[in-house]
Amino acid sequence: MAGTNERIFVKGNEAIAMGALDAGCRCFFGYPITPQNDIPEFMSKAMPAAGGEFVQAESEVAAANMLMGAGACGVRAMTSSSSPGMSLKQEAISYMAGSEIPAVIVNMNRGGPGLGDIGPSQGDYFQSTRGGGHGDYRLLVLAPSSAQEAYDMTHGAFDLAFTYRSPVLILGDAIIGQMKEPIKRRAATLADPAEGREWRLEGTGAGKKPRAHRIIKSLFLMDGELAGQNQKLQAKYESWKDLVQFESFEVRDAELVVVAYGSIGRIAKNAVRALRKKGKKVGLFRPKTLYPFPEKALAKLAKEGKRFLTIEHNLGQMVEDVRLSVRRHADSELFCVYPGNMPSPDDFEAPILRALGRK
Amino acid sequence: MPKANTAAQAGEDLVFTRPNALADRATHYCPGCHHGIAHRMLAELLDEMDLAGRTVAASSIGCSVFLYNYIQVDTVESPHGRAPAVATGIKRARPDKFVFTYQGDGDLASIGMAEIMHCANRGERVTVVFVNNTVYGMTGGQMAPTTLIGQKTTTCPGGRCQDREGSPIRMAEIISQLGGTAFCARGSLDSVKNIRQAKKYMRQAFEAQTKGLGFGFVELLSGCPTNWRLNPVAANKRITDEMIPYFPLGVYKELSGDDTCGALVAGEGK
Repeated sequence: MAGTNERIFVKGNEAIAMGALDAGCRCFFGYPITPQNDIPEFMSKAMPAAGGEFVQAESEVAAANMLMGAGACGVRAMTSSSSPGMSLKQEAISYMAGSEIPAVIVNMNRGGPGLGDIGPSQGDYFQSTRGGGHGDYRLLVLAPSSAQEAYDMTHGAFDLAFTYRSPVLILGDAIIGQMKEPIKRRAATLADPAEGREWRLEGTGAGKKPRAHRIIKSLFLMDGELAGQNQKLQAKYESWKDLVQFESFEVRDAELVVVAYGSIGRIAKNAVRALRKKGKKVGLFRPKTLYPFPEKALAKLAKEGKRFLTIEHNLGQMVEDVRLSVRRHADSELFCVYPGNMPSPDDFEAPILRALGRK
Repeated sequence: MPKANTAAQAGEDLVFTRPNALADRATHYCPGCHHGIAHRMLAELLDEMDLAGRTVAASSIGCSVFLYNYIQVDTVESPHGRAPAVATGIKRARPDKFVFTYQGDGDLASIGMAEIMHCANRGERVTVVFVNNTVYGMTGGQMAPTTLIGQKTTTCPGGRCQDREGSPIRMAEIISQLGGTAFCARGSLDSVKNIRQAKKYMRQAFEAQTKGLGFGFVELLSGCPTNWRLNPVAANKRITDEMIPYFPLGVYKELSGDDTCGALVAGEGK
């Protein structure tokens, strides 16, 4: 089945779970919350079958801390949740970033604030791209717009997490998670047994010769020590700039570029396609990495004289990054779909035309 | 090699040495604090049971956050109260490792109540060392869930009042009620006799894991002279006179015969 070029018809949530499984994930720590339940449900069968471990934790707090324990051992591990649960995971995520523990975390964003609703939303953009918990840190944030991308990004997230010893976040939403579409799986791989050998915890007697004990920590009390750690982390985040990914659609001759990510990026693409048929010079720019944000690519478009409209399923969050990116040459208009409302391509045509008409 | 061991090579009759798992350095603990005794006990057992080389520990928050500076085993620093969840992650990822947490009463019985209960209830093959000194030590002696009725702390300056702050929580009794617990006991560090008994309990809590039986828990009644505003001798006497009557010593749960708490993790203890 997997890796045989066969297309299978799955939910985005299942695609994420399959991406993790095929990348060698062997520990999953979950907690029920809509709209991500397909992920732990899939993993409750897939992990034991692959010789791994599935734990339904007592809370999102505990699940994220279990993830931290498994990650500290250098084992490929994942947790998933949705917005209210993500707030609870932030404590451990901050510790993981501070103590450089690799892990993959999935947020299938739902409406907020508070209990919000169980429908799609992009209201967690700030939380995702600014770190989310306390302290100065960032996560690598990947935003899929299809089940296939959800599979591929989750698959790739493990390599990124271990290359950079950092938590990596997959930011989807209820649309990506619940929508069913065809995907192709890759041949399942096993994690390299040597992965993380230089730092992982496995006991002082695990190697050929006994070694000094290792400490994975985020507490640095000595004068200058924490500053040094923060400097190290910042240098790591700087090095991520090359990892930027985005999709450009019909931007070459576009007068107005719509900037949108995830499910909204995909819906906006349909609106752009429809308007192109009507001869309108509009294009789409869809960031696939939300952190690092594709600021250089946007700045280049701004320099070319293009104007921008950011469309988001929140009250205006990514627009701040778009405006920062294009600030020397342009600004960005904003069209918000309020969380709680489900957008369609038709809803976007009018605001795009309005923005196109304003010069 | 440590100095103590070189003395033995000189042919002296060595009756007391530093365990290899214990670092050769002064601790940051206050005079009369019992963490030193608990650390030593832990290190002795890691040596005696030949576990140190395959141990991964989850340290906690509070005075014992620096456990990793003294116990020479691989350690990950856990958020406040979460060590049992972190330990769960370690053990599930590496069932072949010996995994323990070392937590104080603020960490374990207050903010970490959910994590300790469910870790025990799942029967995770890990061992929890619970140091109960009835105060938050590191932060300056605030009221803990285990603070005795009438005990004065910086956040119950008039003394803990049952009507207002509830009763001190007896963790060993609670943990013993859970299905995943294979061994659970409460010892005390106030006297030589009790210290010896406490070490036996700790060994049994280790064995619950190494034999793959289930979750192991040992509570240690400990002194905090600084935050109790007592000298070390008076602090020991307080444990004897006030703590032990409320927190009775003994084994609260012990599996008999070939009983286990199920087969959660394959291969452990083989």
